[in-house]
Amino acid sequence: MTQAIKFPASHSLPGPEDIARKQLPNGITVLHRSNFNSPSVVISGYVAVGSYLDPLEKLGLAHFTAAALMRGTKSQNFQAIFDKLESAGASLGFGASVHNTSFSGRSLAEDLPILVGMLADCLRNPVFPDEYFKRQQAQLLTSLSIRAQDTSEMSAITFDELLFGNHPYGRPEDGHIETIKRITRKDLAKFHEQYYHPRNMVIVVVGAVDAQTAFSIIENALGDWENPSILPSPELPLILPVTQSVRRHIEISGKSQTDLVVGVLGPKRKSPDYLVASLGNSVLGQFGMMGRIGEAVREKAGLAYDASTSLNAWIEGGSWEVSAGVNPANLQKAIDLIVQELKIFVQEPVTSEELADSQANYIGRLPLSLESNAGVANTLLNMERFDLGLDYLQKYSDKIMAVTPEAILEVSRKYIHPEALVIVSAGSAK
Amino acid sequence: MPADYIQEKLDNGLLVNLKEIHSAPIISHWVWYRVGSRNEVAGKTGISHWVEHMQFKGTPKFPQGVLDRAISRDGGFWNAFTFLDWTTFFETMPADKINLALELESDRMVNSTYLPEEVASERTVVISEREGSENEPLFKLDEAMQLAAFPGHPYRNEIIGSLNDLHAIQRDDLYAHYRSHYCPNNAVLAIAGDFDSDDMLKRIRQYYGGIHSGEISTHTPTVDAPLQKEEQIVVKGPGDTTYLQLAYRAPQASDDDFFTITVIDSLLTGPSSLNMFGGGGISNKTSRLYQALVEKEMAISVYGGLQATIDPHLYNISITVRPDRKPEQVLKSMDREIEKMMQKPVSQADIDRAVKQARALFAYGSENITNQAFWLGYPEMFGRYEWFTNYVEKLNRVTPAMIQQKMQEYFNPARRVVGIYIPEEEQA
Repeated sequence: MTQAIKFPASHSLPGPEDIARKQLPNGITVLHRSNFNSPSVVISGYVAVGSYLDPLEKLGLAHFTAAALMRGTKSQNFQAIFDKLESAGASLGFGASVHNTSFSGRSLAEDLPILVGMLADCLRNPVFPDEYFKRQQAQLLTSLSIRAQDTSEMSAITFDELLFGNHPYGRPEDGHIETIKRITRKDLAKFHEQYYHPRNMVIVVVGAVDAQTAFSIIENALGDWENPSILPSPELPLILPVTQSVRRHIEISGKSQTDLVVGVLGPKRKSPDYLVASLGNSVLGQFGMMGRIGEAVREKAGLAYDASTSLNAWIEGGSWEVSAGVNPANLQKAIDLIVQELKIFVQEPVTSEELADSQANYIGRLPLSLESNAGVANTLLNMERFDLGLDYLQKYSDKIMAVTPEAILEVSRKYIHPEALVIVSAGSAK
Repeated sequence: MPADYIQEKLDNGLLVNLKEIHSAPIISHWVWYRVGSRNEVAGKTGISHWVEHMQFKGTPKFPQGVLDRAISRDGGFWNAFTFLDWTTFFETMPADKINLALELESDRMVNSTYLPEEVASERTVVISEREGSENEPLFKLDEAMQLAAFPGHPYRNEIIGSLNDLHAIQRDDLYAHYRSHYCPNNAVLAIAGDFDSDDMLKRIRQYYGGIHSGEISTHTPTVDAPLQKEEQIVVKGPGDTTYLQLAYRAPQASDDDFFTITVIDSLLTGPSSLNMFGGGGISNKTSRLYQALVEKEMAISVYGGLQATIDPHLYNISITVRPDRKPEQVLKSMDREIEKMMQKPVSQADIDRAVKQARALFAYGSENITNQAFWLGYPEMFGRYEWFTNYVEKLNRVTPAMIQQKMQEYFNPARRVVGIYIPEEEQA
């Protein structure tokens, strides 16, 4: 039995009626939704610069550049930048992923001009002072040393490497110790000059400010940004599926727990398979106490505190992963249980009851994911990034309810091949 | 902050705090119990946290698996936390589904079954949770520092418990701990969101009103004397990174000094947030220790903070040392900065800035209904809700002279625990 869930009219979901969208002549898209329930405001967005542009020998360059944007601009030094932000109780940060360099910030509504002004100055006029370059390089190298000891991060990085081969999805955005050591201050300045530009930039503003005010603050700060010297983007290699199972263990000494990732390629975010796979993923390892995987590995076998699945979908592809943290003595037992569940998952369709549970969960949790300004901003950003349309949330319920157990089986069989899995563990073998 | 909430005590002793918020069709429902690692005795460490896990294993009415399915189907999310002084369970639900939360929380306040086979499988899950924490290089250092900082008080123990105790605790121990702490007269119910208070009170009486008050049998610890000396703990382990940590005895939340230390924390290592959900933080790059250590190329990062607790707990500072520096050097620089604040009063502008930061963090936290419901119950665990509503005002009353005086009182280098994590060369 399924039944659509209706929302009370007084609390409508964000849609074309209350999301304002504007495109600036230089290619920036601005989205806005107001919320006057709290005197705060968030901004969130990205520029189209990412680690796919990194030279292999300088992997981590986009990440390093993003992290260095706030170390000084033509008109403000590091101290002035953070004094202005922290005195206002505001925050702003940048980070690079494969396709984009994202930013997010928040402030009291009265300080939105300070926040947007700082965003624009850091994006447009960074000077990468030498002193801060060296200090930050030392910080990045330390975080990579810490990463090398982290079983969960090392298993995830190795998994991506084996799954995505020579596609940029297979490389860590924060690079490696030897590639970060090779990067110079000049590399950052050059990378910024060649690749930072306003075209395809998106910025979302949500909070206690009206659309007109938000638009004019952004136009003032970013409307005249141009970069005539940008280079064209390189072609990326195709992502090819693995044809037989690959098993890799990363030995890290002195660890009580081994982290395990088992997985395959998943659909792109824009693929019609995505929502179907997403509901399948919910049944497999998300719903309730982490779906079938949680039930088998944690609840029944008591093998792990954490055991669940995730579906990660990006522009050119994605991954479908099961992860768990287990005692080294139970590692093989956990792998066997997980592979067994994957086999069952592609043998028979999920039950209509399981699907109905996940459908109800997806629709019911929507207002919860939208309760904070950051939640709304993130949703608006995804609508724009993946061309979902401003009425996406309003049509969401119908799209979810249209998914059938047979469709999930078909899509799962397309991606999950139990004889061709990437299986990675990291920890101390006994 | 206005006191825009309703408080009522049911005949069975259950304290109820309600706050109507009509910004979204959501209700967040929290039950708080006055039990945590503070109430544990030797041999039974970790029992409160394990009991929290067992509360998800079902009752005759909602057997295991039925609970989480019911919540998730309605699009809700739920979780639980065990801390030093308290254990809490929450559900955030679409407003029209809130009866489910009332029904299941009132049910499992008294009717959880604690089946022996569930206890057995949960033992390995809890041990696995501990093993996950042990993977963090600082876990062993934290554990050793706490033991040194509290000679007798149970705050010395890890909330998750010692491995020995996790192997030794039995089903009847867990059940007895549950029965002697989970009763309406040892609990606070806090609900915030899209409801009418009169109607909600009626429902609360319907679900919780019939539960009998219980006989609370608990361990109330004696407060440890202030630290008498500087103690140094060195832990060696894998990796390439050196860490330096400090622990000073801090005042309990009900002490006015707590607010002075909160402002000191903001000045030393940046503002800490009371938000449990959402809100994010404010960076700490203009804080004194960041300036003295990271900007001076002594450290990679520095953080600090204190906990609001019933008994005096700790003010902790955690520093990641630069690979080209020795922890002793870093400690010296840090002490010089602390010494300055003991010698010379800070400016009023510094305090005003800390207050503005606290206001901003509250504004961010109040976007989120789950977080507002958390605030509605949390201060009741170590004080009253007014502790929270008066928070910013109390910070406002802190003066430069108070900061100087409390620096001298609480940050004496002769009364602290210094912890150093030294990476060992890998054995070939």
